[in-house]
Amino acid sequence: MADQPGILPPDNEAPEAPSAQEKVSKPRWGRRFWTIVIAIVIGIVVYAYAFDTTGVNLDEIQDPTRQASLVRILRAVAHPDLLTYQAVESNFDAQFMSPCPPDGFTPEPTEGSGPAITITPTCVEPGGDVTITGSGFDGNRRGDILYIASSGVEIRLGDFQTDQNGDFTEVVGTRERASDEPQTIRAVTAVTVGSIFRWQRVATIDPGTGEETMVMSPRISDSAWDTWDKIIETVFLAFIATTIGTIVAVPLSFFAARNLMKDIALPLMALTSGLLFGMIGIGAGLVMLRMTRSAADAFSGSVWVALALLVIVVAAMWYGVRWAMPQAEEDEPPPRVRAARLAVVVATAFGFVIALFLLAAVMKDVGGWLGVRLGPASFLGLFIESLGDILRLLVSGGIALVTGLVFMVIGSRLGTALRRRLPDRAVQPVNTLFSVLAGAAATVLLAQSIAWLYEITDPAKTLWWPALIGGLLGLGGSFLVRRNESVGIGLSVYYFSRTVFNGIRAIEPLVMVIIFVVWVGLGAFAGSIALALHTTAALAKLYSEQVESINTGPIEAIKATGATRMQTIIYAVAPQIVPPYISFTMYRWDINVRMSTIIGFAGGGGIGFLLQQNINLLNYRAAAVQMLAIAIVVASMDYVSSRLRERVV
Amino acid sequence: MLKVEHLTKIYDDGTVALDDVSFEVPDGQFLAIIGLSGSGKSTLLRCINRLIEPTDGRIIWNDVDITAAGQEDMRKIRRRIGMVFQHFNLVHRSKVITNVMSGRLGYVNPAMSIVNRFPKSTIEKAHQQLERVGLEEKANNRADELSGGQQQRVGVARALMQDPEMILADEPVASLDPVLAHGIMQHLESINHDDGVMVLCSLHFLDLVHRYADKAVALKDGKVVFEGPPKSIDDERFKEIYGKEAERIG
Repeated sequence: MADQPGILPPDNEAPEAPSAQEKVSKPRWGRRFWTIVIAIVIGIVVYAYAFDTTGVNLDEIQDPTRQASLVRILRAVAHPDLLTYQAVESNFDAQFMSPCPPDGFTPEPTEGSGPAITITPTCVEPGGDVTITGSGFDGNRRGDILYIASSGVEIRLGDFQTDQNGDFTEVVGTRERASDEPQTIRAVTAVTVGSIFRWQRVATIDPGTGEETMVMSPRISDSAWDTWDKIIETVFLAFIATTIGTIVAVPLSFFAARNLMKDIALPLMALTSGLLFGMIGIGAGLVMLRMTRSAADAFSGSVWVALALLVIVVAAMWYGVRWAMPQAEEDEPPPRVRAARLAVVVATAFGFVIALFLLAAVMKDVGGWLGVRLGPASFLGLFIESLGDILRLLVSGGIALVTGLVFMVIGSRLGTALRRRLPDRAVQPVNTLFSVLAGAAATVLLAQSIAWLYEITDPAKTLWWPALIGGLLGLGGSFLVRRNESVGIGLSVYYFSRTVFNGIRAIEPLVMVIIFVVWVGLGAFAGSIALALHTTAALAKLYSEQVESINTGPIEAIKATGATRMQTIIYAVAPQIVPPYISFTMYRWDINVRMSTIIGFAGGGGIGFLLQQNINLLNYRAAAVQMLAIAIVVASMDYVSSRLRERVV
Repeated sequence: MLKVEHLTKIYDDGTVALDDVSFEVPDGQFLAIIGLSGSGKSTLLRCINRLIEPTDGRIIWNDVDITAAGQEDMRKIRRRIGMVFQHFNLVHRSKVITNVMSGRLGYVNPAMSIVNRFPKSTIEKAHQQLERVGLEEKANNRADELSGGQQQRVGVARALMQDPEMILADEPVASLDPVLAHGIMQHLESINHDDGVMVLCSLHFLDLVHRYADKAVALKDGKVVFEGPPKSIDDERFKEIYGKEAERIG
């Protein structure tokens, strides 16, 4: 949070440059001195305030209890819970009497030379203290001292710690249990079996069933397995976000490139008729959507019918396109042929959408069928099924947008043509009419979306006033634009997309994920969407800056051959931006891997979820496993991506 | 016949690049445009195919007013005007053959060309043009693997792909050594002589102007200061065009 040290001393030479030559440097020195003093004072004040607000407190650092906590955590982190060791317990019993029988008590001597404990005295009054002495143990071991009640229940009396020779002496209090029988005190040592260098099989007895099973010791701990699961999820989260973000960002980046957009200008008539047509196009797209969807749904009941129809539609489309869009065209064909071609193109567009819907239906069916039958690979079937779902969703959403765009282009072409055919004195009235209509329509559309957001239902506010205001704006606009001037629509698109990208980029994915968690629920899906959205905005901006820095020569050359704008982008721009695009995508993949490790903190799935849980449970050894995993993954991704970047650039 | 009438270009920053320029070029002529750097040669050539929008004046080519053409019409006009550039302006990372075929973009189906599909006839034509400039065996090299002279020959081949009726050459040999310069100029000469293509070529060296051009137009500060046969540029004229301190070097 601490700000920069302060403000640089202002450049005080420029304003008084003329007088500086006349006077000697003495007064200038004085001024510079005071500037530096003031800058230092300001710097100190800024730092002081920063210390205060961020709560910099060196006492806390030196506080012994704080230091002890730090040491505890550091040690836990240094022992990540990767391996679980099987412990084998050994029991060493000794007997005593309580209370003392009249003739004393002599326990049976222990056999063999192994570790053993003795109790002195051999008999005490109930509740009295006894001394436990052990010998022959391993050096520096810890263990428990238990009292075995006559019921067989173990009661912990204390613990022991052997010295270097394996001996110990411990005084423990006995229980107040009087009995005629000898009572047992037990020393229990637990020895972990195996080591990282020597993996062993150990027999364990399940306390519930009493069954004996063989287990490995040491073995991979549960938290290590959980971490493995989640780190895979994390990597794929980053993968999905990066790929989807890239696919969306590439076309968008061209809209945010100043050098491509600045020349796009349209006559006002073309712009306004394009806008009007675009809105009509969205309506037409919705109608088309309904028609094509019902047509496709009628046939998608059976997979085979749908599949057969799909093949027929695709074949018809292929020949339709071949006929309607011949490869090379030297001369303009007669109007009749052009009209027929237009009809075929429209029919092909319908066929294309129907084919997409059919394809989606077929994918859903096939995916579902495979999902049940593939066994361990059933996720492939589920993937195909959800691809079908996504396709249907995309087509439904995209169709209105695409038809709107197509109509917009047609509208602006018609507007341009109209502008050229109209006699000069008719231009102004038609311009005015069009821009009033377009202004009103656009404002109403805007007002409707605002009304939806704020739940306004009053038609005066959502319809009539916006229409009036928009109409007036259009009227004013039509008089502002001179007759032969074009409207620089490209720059407007440039500024708009720039602003949107910067806005989205400014919101951290960690914050975005909160909204998506509300929408699609906790988990990696919400994280992928949030990360993909942020990636799209960030990459689109980075990409567009690359487009802006390309060599303009080839663009000029391709333009001069009579290429369309689209062809110019494909042939002059695209080859130049491939290396930087790949390099930026790699860089983003890097960022996304890092981001996906913490996106779980906000509920976005991945390893962050586990890490946060373990930190909150103060389970630092498990958290250390996750930190380790993150470090390994991030470092190796970093390495791989930098190697790949070297390769392509 | 190309008629340039009162052509004026004033840039947004107020620089007057062309000031009331008028001249005529009959079909099949090789016209040299000369003048100092910054005299408006490049602007003039780019105004003719409207890579730069003129501020005022008209350009009439075969009775069609280029300056009044709409976007679609302008594309159709441009595809008959080949252009060769000082810095070749090839797409470095693309193959030579792709660079050459891109000269045909104005003719081919836009939808197909976007997915990089060209008709067979275009591919054959591109190979023929490469053969014509002597680079047939470099067709599949990347453009930036070629030397400067070779790159400019690819540039010429790209212009030839357009079946041009006019070629605009913007200092086509300024970045090449004299031997290569003659090679490129001879290609332009052959296009001019054999195919009857009008060539408008801006040049720095007067010996090249003498050797190749039918007529010369000299620009100074955006104004035409000389128009006539290259031979008539004597020392006095030379000083008029290039300034009093200039020395003839070629």
